[in-house]
Amino acid sequence: MGHYSLFSLLKNALTGNRHWTPAWRFPEPKARYDTVIVGGGGHGLSTAYYLAKEHGITNVAVVEKGYLGSGNVGRNTTIIRSNYLMPANTHFYEHSLKLWEGLEQDINYNAMVSQRGVLNLCHSDGQRDAYARRGNAMRLAGVDAELLDREQVRAMVPGLNMDNARFPIKGGLLQRRGGTVRHDAVAWGYARAADRRGVDLLQNTEVIGIRVEGGRVRGVETTRGFIAANRVGLACAGNTSRVAAMAGLRLPIESHVLQAFVSEGVKPMIDTVVTFGAGHFYVSQSDKGGLVFGGDIDGYNSYAQRGGMPIVRHVMEEALQLFPAMSRLRYLRQWGGIMDMSMDGSPIIDRTPIDGLFLNGGWCYGGFKATPASGWCFAHTIATGEPHRLNAGFRLDRFGTGRLVDEKGAGAQPNLH
Amino acid sequence: MLIPCPYCGERGADEFTVIGAADPMRPEPDAPMEAWVEYVHVRDNAFGPHRELWHHVHGCRQWLVVTRDTRTHAVHGAEAARR
Ligand SMILES: Cc1cc2nc3c(=O)[nH]c(=O)nc-3n(C[C@H](O)[C@H](O)[C@H](O)COP(=O)(O)OP(=O)(O)OC[C@H]3O[C@@H](n4cnc5c(N)ncnc54)[C@H](O)[C@@H]3O)c2cc1C
Ligand SMILES: [Zn+2]
Repeated sequence: MGHYSLFSLLKNALTGNRHWTPAWRFPEPKARYDTVIVGGGGHGLSTAYYLAKEHGITNVAVVEKGYLGSGNVGRNTTIIRSNYLMPANTHFYEHSLKLWEGLEQDINYNAMVSQRGVLNLCHSDGQRDAYARRGNAMRLAGVDAELLDREQVRAMVPGLNMDNARFPIKGGLLQRRGGTVRHDAVAWGYARAADRRGVDLLQNTEVIGIRVEGGRVRGVETTRGFIAANRVGLACAGNTSRVAAMAGLRLPIESHVLQAFVSEGVKPMIDTVVTFGAGHFYVSQSDKGGLVFGGDIDGYNSYAQRGGMPIVRHVMEEALQLFPAMSRLRYLRQWGGIMDMSMDGSPIIDRTPIDGLFLNGGWCYGGFKATPASGWCFAHTIATGEPHRLNAGFRLDRFGTGRLVDEKGAGAQPNLH
Repeated sequence: MLIPCPYCGERGADEFTVIGAADPMRPEPDAPMEAWVEYVHVRDNAFGPHRELWHHVHGCRQWLVVTRDTRTHAVHGAEAARR
């Protein structure tokens, strides 16, 4: 499992590509680790990587019930950005974007980080004012933001229907440093990088219990036996409530389904990410040519990893309103992922009332972009026992103290965030 | 997904809006803060049958308690949300 480089590429090409080795090991579980991370999605894998890299903690296992990347890290629509208004979010997501910018060199893996820009459309004077305010807040925090007028939007995205009767396009807020990242490669890259630093990746190993004695975590029961650990970190995305319940915790989270869609491949059509927030639709184009798009969550609690037809129809209708040319496309695939919607729409990265048990969850529909910073902050929290300044706003007790981070101002109504 | 509205019969879920768990009960105004935090923010997030409030907003405009399995989306029944 060597270092990937132009040299290794040439060497393997010249020897018939017969000597590539697997990107990570398939170890047997040890009886005890310093730290066990539950969940081998983007966040669990990046946490393990940063525990090893930033804190020198390498006696770590990532326990995953399926295969690596079988959850939301392989189901999302790959958008990264840091265009938030609330200070806790702005600084955290900007840290994440900076980590994305250096990620491929850091983990020695091509994750196809593409800073093609993220453009949020606006349709009224009020919405433009809100975007101006958000853009200013971003720039004050050192984040890039540009307010585009109608003609700049038209020039940037030629296929847009500018004159929809209900939602005429008046302009947009553009973050040029936003974009897309190949999601599977993020899981694989972090997995390989963590494995190279000694982390054991235990696939097809489901956590079925959390052993707590005298208010302290002792380890996890799994389908492959008990694994002892002084520290256990949960990064189980849509299943956070279920896994936390194994330790007796009840959380401010509901699980919901979000769908996504891919069209047949076509020639380059959209070279950025366009979001139509007023109507719940967003789209980008993958390097294979397929349009990757999605909309709103279905709105009801679900663990089913599939959604219903009303949202499919709604998303298609909005697609055609925004990009009339899409009427000529066939859509190829559609799927759903289960996300933990928190009560204020923001995540939780914190310790818990149980000693040694740490929680990372509540990512809603926006946790992919957070993958590097989430792992980085969670690793810090686990290693030191205290949240980092960057995740100090994402504490579990904020729902009791009233320090909510409600970016949308929607209140304690998860299906509106 | 079809919701068996007791007033209108089986109707498509897109005629409804859903607000979430039906069982949390509003505490008395002078209840301790923990009871309020629990009511406003904490959820069982059931894996299986779930009692939840649906509003037949594009139909009879009545509030219903629907019992639905969150693993399969199978709807087990609906009744008027009257206490
Ligand atoms: C359709 C869709 C589109 C999205 N689009 C975007 C986007 O464009 N941009 C963005 O930023 N975010 C997006 N998201 C959100 C993002 O995908 C998630 O917030 C993020 O991936 C969650 O973190 P994760 O990668 O660790 O989750 P996952 O990959 O889901 O990892 C959690 C893992 O925990 C495992 N697990 C659960 N229970 C157990 C157990 N008992 N034992 C062992 N393992 C267990 C699961 O199998 C899973 O692999 C989208 C989500 C969906 C569904
Ligand atoms: Zn009705």
